[in-house]
Amino acid sequence: MQLLVHSVSVDLNNDASLVIDIPDALCERDKVKFTVHTKTTLSSFQKPEYSVQRQHEDFIWLHDTIVETEEYAGLIIPPAPPKPDFEGPREKMHKLGEGESSMTKEEYAKMKQELEKTVQVHEVFLQRLSSHPMFRKDRNFQIFLEYDQDLTVRRKNAKEMFGGFFKNMVKSADEVLISGVKEVDEFFEQEKNFLLDYSSKIKDATAKAEKMTRSHKNVADDYNHISGALNNTAADNNTAFKKHLEKCAEVFEKLRKVEDRMASDQELKLTELLRYYTRDIQAAKDLLYRRARALADYENSNKALDKARLKGKDVAQAEENQKQCLQKFDKLSESGKKELTSFKARRVVAFRKNLIEMTELEIKHAKNSVSLLQGSIEILKSN
Amino acid sequence: MAASSERSPPPFPDSEEPELLEDSDEEADAFTGTSISEMDSPSPDSTRPPKDIFNEPPEDIFSDPLSNINSEPQKKVDAKIPSPSSDEAVDLFSDPLDDDSEVMSSPEVQNPMPDLLNEPVEAPKSDSSSKSSSVKKAASAEMFGDDDDEEDLFKEPPKVVTKKPQPSGPPVDVFTEVKSDVKVKPQVKDDPTDLFAEEALTAPAPKPSSGSSSSRTNGVHSEEQDLFSEATVELSLDSPCNDRKNKEAVKPSVSAPAAPVASSSSKAPSKSLEELEEEESEDKFDLNISITNPEKVGDGMNAYMAYKVSTQTSLTMFRSKTFTVRRRFSDFLGLFEKLSEKHSQNGYLIPPPPEKSILGMTKVKVGKEDPSSAEFVERRRAALERYLQRVVSHPSLLQDPDVREFLEKEELPRAVSTQALSGAGFLKMLNKATDAVSKMTIKMNEQDVWFDEKIQDVENEEQHLRKLHVMVESLVNHRKELSGNTAVFAKSVAMLGSSEDNTALSRALSQLAEVEDRIEQLHQEQASNDFFTFSELLADYIRLLGAVRGCFDQRMKAWQRWQDAENMLQKKREAEAKLLWANKPDKLQQAKDEITEWEAKVTQYEREFERISATVRKEVIRFDKEKARDFNRQVIKYLESLLHSQQQLIKYWDAFLPEAKAIV
Repeated sequence: MQLLVHSVSVDLNNDASLVIDIPDALCERDKVKFTVHTKTTLSSFQKPEYSVQRQHEDFIWLHDTIVETEEYAGLIIPPAPPKPDFEGPREKMHKLGEGESSMTKEEYAKMKQELEKTVQVHEVFLQRLSSHPMFRKDRNFQIFLEYDQDLTVRRKNAKEMFGGFFKNMVKSADEVLISGVKEVDEFFEQEKNFLLDYSSKIKDATAKAEKMTRSHKNVADDYNHISGALNNTAADNNTAFKKHLEKCAEVFEKLRKVEDRMASDQELKLTELLRYYTRDIQAAKDLLYRRARALADYENSNKALDKARLKGKDVAQAEENQKQCLQKFDKLSESGKKELTSFKARRVVAFRKNLIEMTELEIKHAKNSVSLLQGSIEILKSN
Repeated sequence: MAASSERSPPPFPDSEEPELLEDSDEEADAFTGTSISEMDSPSPDSTRPPKDIFNEPPEDIFSDPLSNINSEPQKKVDAKIPSPSSDEAVDLFSDPLDDDSEVMSSPEVQNPMPDLLNEPVEAPKSDSSSKSSSVKKAASAEMFGDDDDEEDLFKEPPKVVTKKPQPSGPPVDVFTEVKSDVKVKPQVKDDPTDLFAEEALTAPAPKPSSGSSSSRTNGVHSEEQDLFSEATVELSLDSPCNDRKNKEAVKPSVSAPAAPVASSSSKAPSKSLEELEEEESEDKFDLNISITNPEKVGDGMNAYMAYKVSTQTSLTMFRSKTFTVRRRFSDFLGLFEKLSEKHSQNGYLIPPPPEKSILGMTKVKVGKEDPSSAEFVERRRAALERYLQRVVSHPSLLQDPDVREFLEKEELPRAVSTQALSGAGFLKMLNKATDAVSKMTIKMNEQDVWFDEKIQDVENEEQHLRKLHVMVESLVNHRKELSGNTAVFAKSVAMLGSSEDNTALSRALSQLAEVEDRIEQLHQEQASNDFFTFSELLADYIRLLGAVRGCFDQRMKAWQRWQDAENMLQKKREAEAKLLWANKPDKLQQAKDEITEWEAKVTQYEREFERISATVRKEVIRFDKEKARDFNRQVIKYLESLLHSQQQLIKYWDAFLPEAKAIV
């Protein structure tokens, strides 16, 4: 199933030297293949233009290698795109022998919408990397964009998956510890409090928005069912009532379309925004964690140096260690401060953009409803 | 009686047709059309075909009479005629001619007509007048008990005949052919209803006749209602498009005789009834009923809700223009029970009241001021209001003294035994009726295509509406869910806004929370509109379609009774044949009497079946019309509520847009 996707990229990059987009995605059986298209003037690239096929797992690999790179510890690492989640439609498609024609229009539209969302979030991940002065130079990133064969990224096995999970547990345990570390910098103290608070709030808001849009879609589906039931009623009616029922069915069918657009635009503009920033804030928190880790390391190295001096043993080594820890910590603090400041600006811009777009769409749809309803009422009244 | 009926027919049909022609073209077409079809129907031997044909248009004229002769006489003629006390048989046959009684008792009842009808053909004028006089005698006697009117009556038919000598030809033919003609006459005789209906039609032509007709109606009290309704029945059955015109055309003639009625016998109801009929035909119906102020009376488990029933009307049948009474739920059920008892066997569609809800009412009784019990009370109030409005918009039910009493009388005797009608019991009753119908449908070989199709249509429609109702219920629930989820989201966004450190974004988020709060209100209002305007409409019509099926059931019962009588008659005849063969003259007379008795019953039941068929048909047509109108009205109302919601949405988002743009 080939899908053409209009690039709705959040324009993070004013710089034309490295432009990435995903013009289409191919949904096959249990995987999605994204076409990653790159245009560049950077000398580090062999060619000015590339077009390669990548799977979701390749994106995850890229994300993980970046996270593991020590050099990027002071940066907010763009959150990895979530795994495409359309088991339902895909299974259905599978069962039906992959034929687009055997899917109902509705199912097809829903799947397309899901896929568009997935493409968008994968695209944003790459664009975040390409727009960052450090990440854009990343070796692995360049390979990801350039290499025209399958990356054949090794899939994580169960043990590693569990390891990842375990790592997460340790991290959050550390987090508790670290939040107990006395902060020396007021800026980071504030940021930490803000991010911890904001993170739980935005998580909650995301969950609530998801629920809201889901029930909105249910309402739209009900309109559809009502339209169908009205049509069935009309089919068995031979009186003047028949026309009336058909007209009503038509009105509900149209209402469904408008209501459906309303719900999915809300989903796209609001829920997706909240989802993305839930992940992005997690990335920012990860940065704080790494810095706090460095701070703890530095404090430990201080203690070790004191001890060494007391014992008069290995003082030079301890001094060296302490110096490195301090350097690392200072570096992290410096770039972290920059990153968090730009994160804030980026967040505000994204919220502004999406809220405006959502509002304008809401108004547009409501106006469509109004004219649709007014027309229908006129027709019914003239009967 | 049979004889008299046979002879008098020519004059009446004659008089009708020509006059109608004068009256209005449409009517004339309608009627001449039918008479043609009669003539065409080449079934002199069988009783059935003609009947079917007649079922379509002028029921009164041709089909009703059948049963009139036999059924009404028993009750009315016998009872009222001051002369000898007698069984119907005696009455029927003693008066007129000996031939007739012979005809009737003879086994070949089917074919006696030709002979009888020959007479009118030969001597249309004199014969018919004399014959009709005998007819009239019975009629006038039963109705007024005085003889003066008779003369009027007699003058009229002959006149008509003389006026139109030509038309008398065709009708005669018709009658010789069709068996049912025999019975046509009697209608004039016994049934005031039919009399009047015909008179109404003929009224405009000869002055004297209209006068006589009105004077005749004076004597009719209880039947007046039927008079009018039937007058409209026959017309409305013609064809939907002619219907309205016909009605209007008829109206003047109806009201003309009505005036004298009112002045002479001062029957208030009859007058208002005409007004009502007229008004209805013009789509004006000046009777507004509203139910307000539900109020809990008493405490604990003996508590109940009382509702204020306010009526506003200019109908003169009521004592005043506005009045208010307090009624409780069981009173409404009681009213339904009374109306069902009286009218359902006639084939009337009695609007069903809302079902009893023990759960809902218990909550109210316990006195918890929670929203669900408030919703329950409002739902019931609205349902009761719609129920009463449906009752009074039924022209015949409005005339019922119990309905008037319900609306007007300060204190109503406590309705008892409504328990049986409550909730499950009521449904069970309906279902039982349905089962019975389906069983009988198998047995009944439906001869009437209209009914055959309509019964199926109603069943299909009920099923479809049930499905639709489920969908709309689901919409109500999802919209409520949406409303709840929007409220929760609004709170969450407000919290997010309070955590946001960018001032403009924080402000925008808290504004967004306010917008979502308002939208939550909109969804909530819309959910209640989904429910009250749309879902309840469907629930009402599912119940009403059940009641329609109940009407079909009543008709089926009437048919069953007729068939049973037919079988019994057959048995009696066989018994007689055996007796004849066995040569037992002592028992023969008794057997003959029994046959006569069952013949009368067959004719009576057949007539009742015809009548209930006509009524049910009229009721269903009325119901269909009302339904279409009701749906249209409600759907428009519903769409307007959606429109309002969307307009509010635009307003809210428009106000939010600058806030979003102000984020820096």
